[in-house]
Amino acid sequence: MPVFDLSTTPLRELNSALHGLSAGANDTVFEVINPRGSHAVAVGIDAPVTVDIKGSVGYYCAGMNDGGNVTVHGSAGPGVAENMMSGSVVIEGDASQYAGATGRGGLLVIKGNAASRCGISMKGIDIVVHGNIGHMSAFMGQSGHLVVLGDAGDALGDSLYEAKLFVRGSVKSLGADCIEKDMRPEHIEKLAELLELAGIRDVRPEEFKRYGSARKLYNFNIDNAEAY
Amino acid sequence: MSYHNPPTPPRKSATFDDHTLAEIRRAAATGIYDIRGGGTKRKVPHFDDLLFLGASISRYPLEGYREKCDTTVVLGSRFAKKPITLKTPITIAGMSFGALSGNAKEALGRGATLAGTSTTTGDGGMTDEERGHSQTLVYQYLPSRYGMNPKDLRRADAIEVVVGQGAKPGGGGMLLGQKISDRVANMRNLPKGIDQRSACRHPDWTGPDDLEIKIMELREITDWEKPIYVKVGGARPYYDTALAVKAGADVVVLDGMQGGTAATQDVFIENVGMPTLACIRPAVQALQDLGMHRKVQLIISGGIRSGADVAKALALGADAVAIGTAALVAIGDNDPRWEEEYQKLGTTAGAYDDWHEGKDPAGITTQDPELAARLDPVAAGRRLANYLKVMTLEAQTIARACGKNHLHNLEPEDLCALTMEAAAMAQVPLAGTSWYPGKGGF
Repeated sequence: MPVFDLSTTPLRELNSALHGLSAGANDTVFEVINPRGSHAVAVGIDAPVTVDIKGSVGYYCAGMNDGGNVTVHGSAGPGVAENMMSGSVVIEGDASQYAGATGRGGLLVIKGNAASRCGISMKGIDIVVHGNIGHMSAFMGQSGHLVVLGDAGDALGDSLYEAKLFVRGSVKSLGADCIEKDMRPEHIEKLAELLELAGIRDVRPEEFKRYGSARKLYNFNIDNAEAY
Repeated sequence: MSYHNPPTPPRKSATFDDHTLAEIRRAAATGIYDIRGGGTKRKVPHFDDLLFLGASISRYPLEGYREKCDTTVVLGSRFAKKPITLKTPITIAGMSFGALSGNAKEALGRGATLAGTSTTTGDGGMTDEERGHSQTLVYQYLPSRYGMNPKDLRRADAIEVVVGQGAKPGGGGMLLGQKISDRVANMRNLPKGIDQRSACRHPDWTGPDDLEIKIMELREITDWEKPIYVKVGGARPYYDTALAVKAGADVVVLDGMQGGTAATQDVFIENVGMPTLACIRPAVQALQDLGMHRKVQLIISGGIRSGADVAKALALGADAVAIGTAALVAIGDNDPRWEEEYQKLGTTAGAYDDWHEGKDPAGITTQDPELAARLDPVAAGRRLANYLKVMTLEAQTIARACGKNHLHNLEPEDLCALTMEAAAMAQVPLAGTSWYPGKGGF
């Protein structure tokens, strides 16, 4: 198993090795030690590799991940798994702002809390947060699912498009055009699937409320100007 | 004999002119601001207000058609493993598939490739046709991240992080529902037919320190191969250029207020941002202060129309220019051959700017298949290539007259200004003097 010690090895070597994997390669499990808050760790993965990062990382860890399974055994800085295409990213600790920003696919699991703007502009990613999320989360969320076992901060789902939000705790306030919606059977089913994927077995989907777009701001209307 | 009062002709207000009155009436009737495409239509100091001095006893010219005048430009030589080399310093600016038809994007790619230059994607992602027909393609990294994915990042030749554009520094965009076809909607992960807002700032970074990390991430994803541009609108060119350099940009793209947009509020286009002419010298000064002039390349855009404009921008210190509106005109935008249809839309050839409505008779700013089919991408690409070649020849003609064997050897000393405003902005002497405002010593 390749081990990259970022206290002695340049980041470039890690990312270059991850990008250089050829189809059928044997070494597809990587370990990263001493990340020490480094930025852009394990970005641009485009193969089904497993990366275990033993410590906390800085900005954009696993950015644009496409097929990798990355676990951060620590906390993550801003923009973790930004624009993820597929695969999974698990944060054992907390995540800073913009977690999963613009993600198009894959699963992001944050076992601690996520700061503001979690899932901003999400475009298909699924995000499961064990703890709480900060303000303006899922801002302009286009598609995908955001599941929060704890509470959500101010202006959840502001200017939301078609992303679906499930919150088990309280929501401090909803953003423009975001409303509570009925939990229909298909939502219960999807939520159960996401909880299962995230390894959560002691929480029932029925404990959540669903939030989505009222779709009143989809086409500009001057009479809605005060809502913007 | 009775005295007859001579009639005085009706006098209209200069403040409340016909356009202003019509706009007040339009706002009162509709309750919404005017949205349109293009750049500012107001008259601002521009390259027309500068002249070249040409050769004289102390400066000898080069022979046209005989002595070499190089036009090549290398972009991205600071950090990128694979910098771009272009045959001409005139590039095609970012315009999206969505705002433009697929045929129009193909035409831009074909024309740019024939002329040996680059073209640029836009807010909506990269299409296969565009990639296929563009030898050198710059992939824009925008706040909306519509269509952004790592595969396209890797098949791009350069990446342009868009912070702002000249038509609307500080503003996002809006692609109205009528232009959201199935394909456009799919590329942007949004339902068909709804208005698509493009955010005004990036979702995962704010400020120059974050930008530095973002650029580092993009370099790591693409293995440090691609030149990374940072595009800013003409707002605070000295500081924006300095901060882009500090953040690690290979190339700074600076777009003045004449630069076009697909759709923005008229009030924004006409009242926010600075003229292109006013942006160049502060940006060049920032590069020089940092010791990075010619190491980080500067691309200027916004109102470039001719080889003279190109030569003037380069003389003021730019490394290259980008054209958008002019390229659209070259492929057929606002062509008088469609006058009858422009009239039906309540406008006239040369004034049509409702690009957001998707009814473009020329088939360029539309997603309507019937209208889009009017544009032959091969013929249109040929027209663009012709135009680019003419502009390049024109710039060479001027450079040779100034005794320069490379367009980059043009310098401010080759210029004079026709107006005080242009003299102040370009920091070149008012014609017939050795002085410009701000220089002192008069």
